[in-house]
Amino acid sequence: MKENIVIIGGGIAGLEAAGQLIRLGYAPIIVEKSDRLGGHVAHWHKLFPDMTPASDVVARLSEKVSDANVFLNTEILFINRLKDSYNVMLSNGISIIARIILFTTGFRLFDASRKEEYGYGIYNQVITNKDLEHWFNTGEDDRIGMSDMNAVGFVHCVGSRDEKAGNAQCSKVCCITAVKQAIEIKQKFPEAMVYCFYMDLRMFGKKFEDFYISAQRDYGVRFIRGRVSEVSENIDGKVIVKAEDTLSGKPVKVTLDLLVLMSGMVCNPDSTRIASMIQLPADSDGFLKSKDNITDITASSKDGVFYAGACTGPKTVPETLAEARSAALEIHSYIQGLQ
Amino acid sequence: MIYQGKQKIWSEYQKEIPDDHWFYVRSCIRQNFFPGAEVMFMKICRDLLGKDIYETPNHTTCGGIAYHCDTIPQETVMTIVARQFALMTEAGYENYVASCITSFGNYIEILETWNEFPEVETKIRELLWKACRREFNKPKYVAHASDLVYKFRNDIAARAKYRLVNRKTGEPLKVVEHIGCHYSKMFPSKGVGGAEYPYVLCGMIESWGGSVIDYPERRHCCGYGFRQYHIKANRGYSIANTHKKFESMEPYHPDMIITNCPGCPYFLDRWQYAISEIEGKTYGENGYGIPVFTYEEVAGLVLGYDPWDLGLQLHQVAVEPLLDKIGIPYDPEMKYKGVNKKDLLRPEIPGVLKCC
Repeated sequence: MKENIVIIGGGIAGLEAAGQLIRLGYAPIIVEKSDRLGGHVAHWHKLFPDMTPASDVVARLSEKVSDANVFLNTEILFINRLKDSYNVMLSNGISIIARIILFTTGFRLFDASRKEEYGYGIYNQVITNKDLEHWFNTGEDDRIGMSDMNAVGFVHCVGSRDEKAGNAQCSKVCCITAVKQAIEIKQKFPEAMVYCFYMDLRMFGKKFEDFYISAQRDYGVRFIRGRVSEVSENIDGKVIVKAEDTLSGKPVKVTLDLLVLMSGMVCNPDSTRIASMIQLPADSDGFLKSKDNITDITASSKDGVFYAGACTGPKTVPETLAEARSAALEIHSYIQGLQ
Repeated sequence: MIYQGKQKIWSEYQKEIPDDHWFYVRSCIRQNFFPGAEVMFMKICRDLLGKDIYETPNHTTCGGIAYHCDTIPQETVMTIVARQFALMTEAGYENYVASCITSFGNYIEILETWNEFPEVETKIRELLWKACRREFNKPKYVAHASDLVYKFRNDIAARAKYRLVNRKTGEPLKVVEHIGCHYSKMFPSKGVGGAEYPYVLCGMIESWGGSVIDYPERRHCCGYGFRQYHIKANRGYSIANTHKKFESMEPYHPDMIITNCPGCPYFLDRWQYAISEIEGKTYGENGYGIPVFTYEEVAGLVLGYDPWDLGLQLHQVAVEPLLDKIGIPYDPEMKYKGVNKKDLLRPEIPGVLKCC
């Protein structure tokens, strides 16, 4: 069917929505600012709770859009509202007139260096969840030595549920991602002590609780309920972490070879920049505001503009994919209504 | 450690420090602990740099110690501070500089409180008027005296006779910097360099030739912590804090410690004696301690002032090994001679901690 549908963002939400729209007979156009499809997931190693290779997921989703129009390394310069459509101007010089725009602009990872007390960017042995996934994928990171990894720590909720950081929202995936990464570290370094410092554990998804129990029972990961107060470095270059164990009511201090900060999800500034071109409002958490957060999560306040995935708030991969399918169906119904 | 990472943070926490015309308020306790420090600050600002620094004998305590010990109501502390501001206003100044870290924190906290709760400020203005018929303008700028020395650090370096360098090896001295807790831990944006990696003393050390040690317990309290020391039963906790810091810095073999708080140099200095008596352990070279200084004393040393005019004979830990290391001359015979060569009497020599 000849109906221009512009999908802004080639992450998993954009790919899944595009795949569904192709199945429904449309020819969506994916605009992606980076040089590859798959978004954040393309940089991940394995996905919880079944340790599914992230590359498999991205490959399966990409396969479904092999016939779609995809513009990589392309940004949205501006969007104009026309009478009953939108004029989308791309950085490659192409202008698209479309009645349908789907925002799948996703999220941005919180800049962990803003939590100064954790020492990211100051102490060599402090890395982020993204850095660790990169190492899992490539084995390239001078900070992670294969021979002397005796103790590793994970700090949950870095930039999430943190009003001082300006992000009150829970990022939803950090708890379970920390469990997954802790298990992967134990698989690579079975003798290493692995600690997770958490506020509380939100194991809400399918098999999450089993995964968490397995981390303790099968891998011996130690979970300490308490926030890290400060991180420093000793003369050997190891990381010293101070925290409070709120279950035992005592302060704890551990010396680690590696500290991993679970950076949370924050709104993507590109989302709000592009949304502001057509006066789409942001919600109180900074993410894009849906028409209704319960019954109409994929609809925006503007005709023909839809949302899917983490552009409206933190989501897991299954939630994102389900929402992308839902958005595709909404778009299909909307087009049917136009005819 | 990634130095560039710290530089990035330092660049984000720079505060505006006016160049001249300051109303100066002294500390309650520093003149007893380190009598040369505040004198040196005035000499540097007035005589060396030609700045206008005004002080009045009518100012009082800021009430900070009592406030942090929970022994007076906050309204009382605010009214005391309002009176200090009234003195500044009456003298025609709008830049306020405090010698004491706790005072600095106290002033910042009160001004921020008044910004958030204007009705409290109105009440305090009424209380001040009832108490002493005074009115005040809020200061335009509030600085700690170390902010000013930081600002003028390169001017001091340009006039320095000595550098924080080992004259025999040519290596920079390894310096521990210790920041008073009330400097920026409450309001990071009000301190040079922020709360986690303050730059105010690092900047002086780098400018004067030394190298800064970042050790694991760098952020830890010196051990003073009012409710630790002022309550006699808690003094074991006080010395345990100090002990923890020295154990942490020991592997780095620091040559000296620089502080910017009234209590910190005192406790880091005196507790070294107590630790040596309790544990039989010292942290400097050859049985000596690690000398502890205020930033004004260090400024005075590099500028070439006589160590005994700076009051360094009143330190518990002997400073002579460090003076020898830098190459600063001193007369041992004059160490315990006060003003007009009055004999100050020699202190008893400790049993373990080696002293000159």
